[in-house]
Amino acid sequence: MPEAPEIAATYTGEVASSKRERGDRAHGPRRLFRGRVLFLLPAVIYLLALFAYPIVYDILLSVRQSSVITFVHNTGGFVGLTNYRMAVTNPLLPGVVWNTAIFMVGSIVMQFSIGFLIALFFTRRFPLSGFLRSLILVPWLLPGVVTGIILRMMFDPNIGMVNQVLSNLGLIHSPIEWFANTHLALLVIVLANIWIGIPFNMLLLHGGLQDIPNELYEAARVDGAGRLRTFRSITLPVMRPVIAVVLVLGFIYTLKAFDIVMIMTGGGPMNGTQLLSTWAYTLSFYNLDFGQGAAVGTIMMVISLVCAFAYVRTYRGELRS
Amino acid sequence: MSFQRRRRLISGLNVAVALVIVGVMLLPLYWAVVTSLKTLHQSFATPTALFPPTPTLAAYSQVVHTQGGSLLTSFIIALGATVVSLLISVPAAYALANFRFRVTWLVTLSLLVAQTIPGIVLGTSFFKIFAGLHLLNSYLGLIIADSTYCVPFSILVVRAFMIGLPRELLEAARVDGATLLGTLLRIVIPLSRPAILTAALFSFLFAWGDFLFALTLSTSNTVEPMTLSIYSYMGQYTSQWPELMAAAVFAAIPSAILLILVQQGIRGGMATAGLKG
Repeated sequence: MPEAPEIAATYTGEVASSKRERGDRAHGPRRLFRGRVLFLLPAVIYLLALFAYPIVYDILLSVRQSSVITFVHNTGGFVGLTNYRMAVTNPLLPGVVWNTAIFMVGSIVMQFSIGFLIALFFTRRFPLSGFLRSLILVPWLLPGVVTGIILRMMFDPNIGMVNQVLSNLGLIHSPIEWFANTHLALLVIVLANIWIGIPFNMLLLHGGLQDIPNELYEAARVDGAGRLRTFRSITLPVMRPVIAVVLVLGFIYTLKAFDIVMIMTGGGPMNGTQLLSTWAYTLSFYNLDFGQGAAVGTIMMVISLVCAFAYVRTYRGELRS
Repeated sequence: MSFQRRRRLISGLNVAVALVIVGVMLLPLYWAVVTSLKTLHQSFATPTALFPPTPTLAAYSQVVHTQGGSLLTSFIIALGATVVSLLISVPAAYALANFRFRVTWLVTLSLLVAQTIPGIVLGTSFFKIFAGLHLLNSYLGLIIADSTYCVPFSILVVRAFMIGLPRELLEAARVDGATLLGTLLRIVIPLSRPAILTAALFSFLFAWGDFLFALTLSTSNTVEPMTLSIYSYMGQYTSQWPELMAAAVFAAIPSAILLILVQQGIRGGMATAGLKG
């Protein structure tokens, strides 16, 4: 373990300064240190084996040659950035990036706005509010496959409820083939993802709203501020850190989205709902081009990591305050 | 109108609006249940009936018959992943909450970063790595892979709770001559039960709902969790809606149980732990 010497250094440095540690000396520092590390060691090994190693493996895959032959024998040679070049110049890439962008912006904007409105509504006091609020969490707790298949049925051209409601309202005269048109299919998976995302946004934002001290609102009322003004001058500024966390998490999760797209459209029709995540899967597991698939995966990971650091920074900022 | 009556009216209006919101959010689920109680023939009828005309559990018994094995497979894998996750995360949370190593921040940071790694990246690498270890199409392989959803989350949730435990208790245990392990087993774990239970329930739910690893780490249908079996069933029988919906309802049961069990405590620590991939 590369960590071991560092831990040891920490231990000797800290034992003298920290009052809490002093009583431990009787047991002998070395034995104690070993005892303590044993609690953390499984987790460290776990993280190295099941996160660090696969990540490195993925990067290595992305810079090695891959074909059906190397897939079987695992003997691809180093080819530098060829796989990345192939992915970037792939004729499908512009469409996939566009779909991913639409999917992410549409999902995040809508799930955040609707989630925020519902969260604001549930700050009111009325009977059963806690119970009803917890029911809203259901879509978020459901496995993605369940959500995907239910919504797939609701948008079914023949028996789906959506077409039926639209035709009852007189808005359409013949059934809409939701999954036969690239734009409509993309719209449907965005709607599905919004439905999944609302509860999560609502939950975190409601938590943040509950933590705003009532005195602030009262002070605003005394000063004669209206509702909109209070929202703009008090709610929004106080909620900034929570909003940042919600948006960053939304970004990371939306980029990862995979299950509902696979279930509802499988990336089709004609790659019209192919996102970076499903495309990486298709490249590796359908085309057996693990090099290119891994290259796309690595690009996603980099985007995610950039965002993760923003997340960690806001998260730490929130902890301090 | 008296003040009292006005207040009651407003409160009633609020409940009504809340019911509408909940209704809209739960509508797809209602629709799934209604369809699962129909016969195949009724599910094709237009206009679609809003209630099952002759409620029948036929679709459910059919699912138990054809996909009962997958339900069991999912259960075993989810249970396994939960156990693995708790065995690793409870001691780690204890260490991170109570002992100060220089790497503490690094481990915590890694846990946060780990949750952002796209599943498809891990899935692709696991496929290659597991192929060499003969872990494809196996319970163990899926348990290990699924536990990656749970471990970072569980450590963060349990650690956040353990940090809040009164130091005096741990001190007292030490004075009484308890070992670190004894303190963990006899004092810290019993006191942290709510957080450990939350971690366990979510771990179970994440692993139960896994689709990505089931899809990538299976090359045959020897070990087929519920999610994968719904997926392949859908591919074969696109319009067997009552059966598909009955399967969906079965697959949703753990979510319902979790909602009931942690309804109260669901907020605590969730925001900082970062949830669900």
